[in-house]
Amino acid sequence: MADAAIELVGISKSFGPVKANRDIHLEVRRGTIHGIIGENGAGKSTLMSILYGFYQADSGEIRVGGKPVPIRTPNDAIALGIGMVHQHFMLVENFTVLENIILGAEGEALLGRSIAKARSELARLEREYGLEVDPDALIEDLPVGLQQRVEILKALYRGADILILDEPTGVLTPSEADHLFRILNQLKDQGKTVVLITHKLREIMAITDTVSVMRQGTIVATRETSETTVEELAELMVGRRVLLRVEKEPARAGAIKLEVKNLTVKDGRGVTMVDDVSFIVQAGEIVGIAGVAGNGQSELIEAIAGIRRAEFGTVVLDDKPIDVTGRADPAELRERGLAHVPEDRHHVGLVLAFAENENSILGYHYESLYLKGPFLNIDAIVADAEDKIEKYDIRPPNARLRTANFSGGNQQKIVLAREMEQDPGVLIVGQPTRGVDVGAIEFIHKRLIAMRDAGKAVLLISVELDEIRSLSDRILVMFDGRVVGERGPEATEGELGLLMAGVEAKEAAE
Amino acid sequence: MSVPYAKLPRWADYGLIPFINLLVAFIVAGLVVLLVGENPFRAAAILIEGAFGGGQNIAYTLYYATNFIFTGLAVAVAFHCGLFNIGGEGQAYIAGLGVAMVGLTFDTVLPWWLNFPLAILGAALVGALWALIPAYLQAKRGSHIVITTIMFNFIAASIMVYMLVDVLKPLTSMAPQTRTFQPGAQLPKLNWMLEAVGFSVRSGPLNVSFLLALVMAFLVWLLIWRTKLGYEIRTMGFSPKAARYAGIKEARIIVITMMISGALAGMMALNPIMGDQHRVQLDFVTGAGFVGIAVALMGRSHPAGIVPAAILFGMLYQGGAELAFEMPNISRDMIVIIQGLVILFAGALEHMFRPWVQTVFASLSPQTVGMAKEQGV
Amino acid sequence: MEVFNVLLQLLDATIRVSVPLLLACLAGLYSERSGIFDIGLEGKMLGGAFAGGAAAAVTGSAWLGLGAAVAVAVGLALVHGFASITHRGNQIVSGVAINFIAAGSTIILGQAWFRQGGRTPSLSGAGRFEAITLPGAEAARDIPVIGVIYAELISGHSILVYFAFLMVPFTWWVLFRTRFGLRLRAVGENPAAVDTAGISVAWLRYRAVICTGVLTGLAGAYLSVAQNAGFVKDMTAGKGFIALAALIFAKWKPVPAMFACLLFGFLEAASIRFQGQAWPMIGKVPVQFMQALPYVLTVVLLAGFIGKAIPPRAGGVPYVKER
Repeated sequence: MADAAIELVGISKSFGPVKANRDIHLEVRRGTIHGIIGENGAGKSTLMSILYGFYQADSGEIRVGGKPVPIRTPNDAIALGIGMVHQHFMLVENFTVLENIILGAEGEALLGRSIAKARSELARLEREYGLEVDPDALIEDLPVGLQQRVEILKALYRGADILILDEPTGVLTPSEADHLFRILNQLKDQGKTVVLITHKLREIMAITDTVSVMRQGTIVATRETSETTVEELAELMVGRRVLLRVEKEPARAGAIKLEVKNLTVKDGRGVTMVDDVSFIVQAGEIVGIAGVAGNGQSELIEAIAGIRRAEFGTVVLDDKPIDVTGRADPAELRERGLAHVPEDRHHVGLVLAFAENENSILGYHYESLYLKGPFLNIDAIVADAEDKIEKYDIRPPNARLRTANFSGGNQQKIVLAREMEQDPGVLIVGQPTRGVDVGAIEFIHKRLIAMRDAGKAVLLISVELDEIRSLSDRILVMFDGRVVGERGPEATEGELGLLMAGVEAKEAAE
Repeated sequence: MSVPYAKLPRWADYGLIPFINLLVAFIVAGLVVLLVGENPFRAAAILIEGAFGGGQNIAYTLYYATNFIFTGLAVAVAFHCGLFNIGGEGQAYIAGLGVAMVGLTFDTVLPWWLNFPLAILGAALVGALWALIPAYLQAKRGSHIVITTIMFNFIAASIMVYMLVDVLKPLTSMAPQTRTFQPGAQLPKLNWMLEAVGFSVRSGPLNVSFLLALVMAFLVWLLIWRTKLGYEIRTMGFSPKAARYAGIKEARIIVITMMISGALAGMMALNPIMGDQHRVQLDFVTGAGFVGIAVALMGRSHPAGIVPAAILFGMLYQGGAELAFEMPNISRDMIVIIQGLVILFAGALEHMFRPWVQTVFASLSPQTVGMAKEQGV
Repeated sequence: MEVFNVLLQLLDATIRVSVPLLLACLAGLYSERSGIFDIGLEGKMLGGAFAGGAAAAVTGSAWLGLGAAVAVAVGLALVHGFASITHRGNQIVSGVAINFIAAGSTIILGQAWFRQGGRTPSLSGAGRFEAITLPGAEAARDIPVIGVIYAELISGHSILVYFAFLMVPFTWWVLFRTRFGLRLRAVGENPAAVDTAGISVAWLRYRAVICTGVLTGLAGAYLSVAQNAGFVKDMTAGKGFIALAALIFAKWKPVPAMFACLLFGFLEAASIRFQGQAWPMIGKVPVQFMQALPYVLTVVLLAGFIGKAIPPRAGGVPYVKER
């Protein structure tokens, strides 16, 4: 029973100066579900990509079934019975399920017989694991949960004994996630080994036998799940107890600044992402929107900020409506005092190839302060950028440096400085501390509180529940496109977690 | 995430690597010369002599360079917006109609200095309109602009043949071309400029269009790096999502950029038509629209790079003509090969030698070559 | 009967001018289906035509000419592959470069080697692919309509014509019935899926561009060794771009590609046949109008006014492993 399916011995991997993995030692026992938990950027995905042959380790050894093995390509991994379900599915969208399953495992040069064989093998796997899926359906027509099932079937079809799942529930609804967990348990019962990568403690506690915690490229601890607690794991993940509560006075909410009524937003494929959402944000308060990623938060703020067309509903800013279903214009909204720190600073909030000072005017480049007629007033722009660099302690303090050369935290400060220094009435902030180092997190949190205390209305979206709880004066929870509950800042993590999992929503529906 | 490129000093990035790329292109061209049984070094010497050996030669070199400055700027402006305008050839060709309209109407009425601005407007307008349709289709209907501009090159060629054969040709003439413009639509030559510095020029085609091209190079620099519109164009070129976030209207910027690009390409028509031949002839563009691609790539889309790159190609065109006299095995089509090689090595393979240069730099002075900051995942 | 004969001649000419389009179009299909855009079809075809004409002239063998044409076109295709697969360069830029290199070097080398103003020496006898008379064609000539069609239209072409049309079902079969085809289509849609399935994206794409090289070589050889008796400078005259247009028109599918090429070929044949002829109601249609029509039709299609041409999803984007 206790023999090791996989052993990693002293694995290290660098990408340029970044040490993604440092001297990793890990043992996964056969027939167990082994969780690997850590924050984003802790090196979990890199480690698993090395195991799957997608990257080569700089040093160290991989042992499968006790024997040292070279894994240079995914082929080697597949031959050793290692299968992987990637976070972003590796499926060809306009292929059928069957075509996707045989891709790379066709067996012979002509397809006829391999398709027939795959069809019968698929039927067997369906029976064995309860993994029903229409073999002739096109992937693009399947819901996300079923697409993931195809990924699992792909691995099993290739004879995987060891299945690695990378953040598998990120895109799933709670009921789909529950179904996935039942499947994983079934796989374990059949003697398969499962490695589950996640940053969600709840999942680790719910399903794993053993858990390893990663932090900054190393494994800091391995525990039997039954012998550890959420608190212990959380502390191991973060290293030191980051302050969870920012010191702040109670909010003194004032006039209604932003009112959202019956807002409905669809994505490019026509799927409803935001479903009849209504709320208000008042001056002098922070309203936090909590939720598992992909439950409509991104689409919600994009619609309010005018960069995504809404299907239906109204948004009122300072008593004047925003034409969210028609020609809402981000430039016009900025003029009306709505600032927006987008979730994706690399592709949306910044142009990485620009100099720092050029980014410090992005979206405000039409303001007379920065212009002389049709020309840019470069001196004024640089002076203004240097001013912000000083105020926000952006390092290195060089307004002419390419933005790509700043660290994540400093890049985020560039965005925040730009949006906050415009003195907006309403500030929408998406994932303000994603990929940001601890020191910068504290700074950013204090700034957001300062905005609130200056009487601004702040709408905060974050997948970090701690962040939502420590900053918000009111917390809205989004699930499956709806606001399923509102709580005060005193709400417990458990209470919010249930809401985020859609538990109350389901009960209410019944 | 790709393998991070080590950071090189600026001069290596903007000087050394382009130089190596160019050098390799010319070495390969030299091999072709060798292949046809000629001595590449002698060929190069004849070429340089042919391009700069006298006032006459320089006048021709700069005359050709004028064409390439216009078309190179046209391609570069579109590049800054993330668009590949491969239609400069057609835009310049059809813009000949704009020049013809002015020249044929006013050549006996107005002096050149009034006809010139009118013709600039005419050429720019027609070129811009020819670029407008592909731009609109890209902006509003998502039609791939590379394909549509290629198609528009062919459509322009058909229209021009039709116009010159069936419409604009004087009844008394056999050749498919317009009548010759009267002096009112002929641009003054610039040979006095060369003579002023001691060269003798018997008759060169260099004319005031060259000065217009230099002015345009400056204006493009001003536009791209010093105006709000240029800022918006560059934002769009680097990241359409960021442009949308910044409230920049994507469709509007694409259309405006392409019209500027088409206008620049269109102005190229002034040089041969009003400056030299004084009539619209079949195929007067002779590939200058495509040379613009090589020029823009070589000049890294910066006017300060485009002007010397255009002069280099002007030198190849003029020197190449001389070369064809001296070496019967080599015709002017050698330039087309060089042009292709420059596009290949300075464009499609621009990063081929980078790892190698980085290794050299790293071994010379490890501490100065910092690795580029890895982006978060 | 007069009308029938004119129609027959017109269709016969259509077939002849469609063949290089068809070969080049199918060539582009392999590359673009694998996610490598190729606007260098023209250059590869031209290089192939020159090599074919030159080698056939020197050796006196049409087959050796064909081999040389394929070798040169594959060589150019590999340059495109090297730039766009290995070095992840801009595929459009690379294609443009190849067109110029081919345009220039065919003239320079032709002049240097043969000194006939860029032509290769005229081919005759075994140096050229002659028309093949299909069995029974002579006998069938007397049967009205069907027999005449067989004898005049179907029989009497060179072997490359038959090969080109056989390539249509063959390409369909390769794409949809073989492992290679499955992977080819997959890599053009989602290369990461192919990579994680343990298949080399680069090698797969290289094989695709080699297919493109082979077929453009054949297209070039058809021009210089079958349709004409030797290479003339710039003899492709934009056919590579019409083939590209046809590929888009056919939405990257083999059978529609054949019909698109036949349509564009028909327009060309008709524009030659009816040059200067006045039509009832319309009057004289300028020949340039007919020449421009394929391009206009393609633009209209691209604009989405008649159907929508959606290219392979990963087309034009170099594959970079994501972390």
